[in-house]
Amino acid sequence: MSRMAGRVGRSEGPWPWLAAGSVALSLLLLLALLTLLAVRGLGHFWPAPLALVTLEDGQRLAGRAVHEESVPGGEARERLYFTGNRDLAGDIWTWVPVAEIASRAFPEELVVLERRRWGAFLGRLVALEGEAGRREGQAAWPALQARLAELEALRGERDRLREAVVTPLVRRLERGPDAAAEAELARANARIRELQADMAGDTLVLESVDGRRLTQPLEEVLRALRPNAMSPVDKLATWGREVWRFLSEGPRAANSAGGVWPAIFGTVLMVLLMSVVVTPFGVLAGIYLNEVAHQGRFTHLVRIAVRNLAGVPSIVYGVFGLGVFVYGIGGTLDEWFFAESLPSPTFGTGGLLWASLTLALLTLPVVIVATEEGLARVPDHQREGALALGATRVEMLTRVVLPMTAPAMLTGMILAVARAAGEVAPLMLVGVAKLAPQVPVDGDFPYLHLDRKFMHLGYHIYDLAFHGGDVQAAMPLVYATALLLVLVILVLNLTAIFLRHHLRARHGALPRH
Amino acid sequence: MSVFSSPHALSDGPILDFERSTCCLEIEGLSLAYGEKPALRDLTLRVPRHRVTAFIGPSGCGKSTLLRALNRLHDLNEEVVREGSIRLEGQDIQAPEVDVAELRRRVGMVFQAPNPFPMSIYDNVAFGLRLQGGMRKRQRDDVIEWALRSAALWEEVKERLGASAWTLSGGQQQRLVIARTLAVQPEVLLLDEPASALDPISTLKIEELIRNLKSRLSLVLVTHNMQQAARVSDYTAFLQQGELVEYGPTQTLFTNPRLRRTENYITGRMT
Repeated sequence: MSRMAGRVGRSEGPWPWLAAGSVALSLLLLLALLTLLAVRGLGHFWPAPLALVTLEDGQRLAGRAVHEESVPGGEARERLYFTGNRDLAGDIWTWVPVAEIASRAFPEELVVLERRRWGAFLGRLVALEGEAGRREGQAAWPALQARLAELEALRGERDRLREAVVTPLVRRLERGPDAAAEAELARANARIRELQADMAGDTLVLESVDGRRLTQPLEEVLRALRPNAMSPVDKLATWGREVWRFLSEGPRAANSAGGVWPAIFGTVLMVLLMSVVVTPFGVLAGIYLNEVAHQGRFTHLVRIAVRNLAGVPSIVYGVFGLGVFVYGIGGTLDEWFFAESLPSPTFGTGGLLWASLTLALLTLPVVIVATEEGLARVPDHQREGALALGATRVEMLTRVVLPMTAPAMLTGMILAVARAAGEVAPLMLVGVAKLAPQVPVDGDFPYLHLDRKFMHLGYHIYDLAFHGGDVQAAMPLVYATALLLVLVILVLNLTAIFLRHHLRARHGALPRH
Repeated sequence: MSVFSSPHALSDGPILDFERSTCCLEIEGLSLAYGEKPALRDLTLRVPRHRVTAFIGPSGCGKSTLLRALNRLHDLNEEVVREGSIRLEGQDIQAPEVDVAELRRRVGMVFQAPNPFPMSIYDNVAFGLRLQGGMRKRQRDDVIEWALRSAALWEEVKERLGASAWTLSGGQQQRLVIARTLAVQPEVLLLDEPASALDPISTLKIEELIRNLKSRLSLVLVTHNMQQAARVSDYTAFLQQGELVEYGPTQTLFTNPRLRRTENYITGRMT
């Protein structure tokens, strides 16, 4: 490579330019892809201004402009507004002909409420009614903010109590009667009821911009914002909180809202399990093919077969995993060890273990090939040097050849991870789930639940894009999840690359001839 | 001169012969082929103890093949077919009871390109010792210092034993490889064109080292460079097309070769 540098463009004709051009084009496309994902995905979390639109016929609506397009077969343009209020209007999107807009304003008092049911509300806050009395007008907003913070704290305490006290106690009681535990459980449940009673009771009186009134139980409101009144710093803070929620919370409303934490966890865990399985197998197979096997016609055939395996479509591996792992091995395991819970399957259905094994099989050729190439790059004189000092073949391999090959093996692992993290098709057959809010690792013995179904970022994208009720609402989440998937793979790869660099520094890079 | 008296030549022909008692290696009727391709034909010669014996000859004459047969490096190559025997101190090295690893420890080898392992200088020299095991750190340190001194490298590396061996120059690397081999105290040292990849100064250092080492062990040197053979060796064998053509004291072979083929090669005339 370096020998080529500096000679471009002198006498070779157009070839160097064509080659450089293709590199530049690929880089540009990659950059465009990432930018698109980042802008569309991350932009979703930005508290955009709310417009109060008045039409020529006097109709009024409040909403966030999403995009604009020309009406088919005409000069006119239409603008799509996100208007929310599913409970009042029946639809959360409104198309407005641009020509009919009489005026647009951005009044500060417009609020966005994020609710557990019916999605977002966009409109005005009239009053907050609660045990403390009724607050109207200017006083309502600060009171609402204060009360929401209180609710958040109460909700946090309740969830912590459920997780840290109730669940372990229930588990203890499942094992046998225990008077102390029962008393403690009763106390905890009483406290939870108390907390829930504290949360209930408040009501919001809301009014949409076209004058319809609505009473909303405050319990169901998660967050309230006045985006038009926010300073850029506030907006940035809100954006950061929203991104964090997206990363750390589970999905809500049939995956169309909330976060993707279980999917991130599922993806990373599955990839790690797959690496743990595929690396030793692939490395050993590579060593056998390159160092141990008689280099004859048969070895050659095996090698060709391994390389061809890398090209088999991934769905075929999915079918294989379903037939062999899930029905074959899983079914047999169930008959032997989990007969008491039949006919409901334990391992005889798709799950984390089978998905990891299927992907391990899928990526095995990559690791074998990388290991073999690494071994082939160790010069023969290194091997002979070790043998000439009285090393046996095993000693030669373990003390000289394998340390020098470690970076190549890690390269194989990186390639395997990159391939596995992005696969969706085989997973649909062997264990991915649309919704599995319980991550496969918890405090319950045996802590890692290999039989559980899991969520996966790739499948989540597929599910959002094709199975959601509202594609328009799902698109930003699709972009955000896709960006996240890219980032997860990037982090996994960077970890492996860092490790490889560390190994190279310790064992020395192979000279490049 | 060493403790040994000068070996007595038994024959007067083009192939010099020694008494068995003065030889470390005896090669008898050795033929070797890579598959269908013969490389050595019915070779018989003896290598004297505590002397430098050089093998010279044109490329492809089989001198490196012969050298590799002496420590059974050909074992790895399944194609190789061999006949005849090689005895190290009277014992057939192909005998089933011989441990190959032990044989290779006794017959050390230094290759054409310096091949230090990708580890520290210290670990390189300790490699063979660690394979044998059973040595305390202090003892090992002493052996490593001795080996590096013997290879005339100690003064240059004593401050940086922990540095990677690949940071050394080519000549230093080759001396490190020699030290590494000496550390396991071999009886015979095989040198396969040890200086061909080095600059003239490093070459001189290696040659001086070879001359100094013969008081400790027997050396067999393969070289393309006839001046080098003349400078460092006591006996020289000339091989051509897998056959031993002439074997005699270096002085005689270079100044007064008995055969025309030898003379043509030495004087650079093509046959």
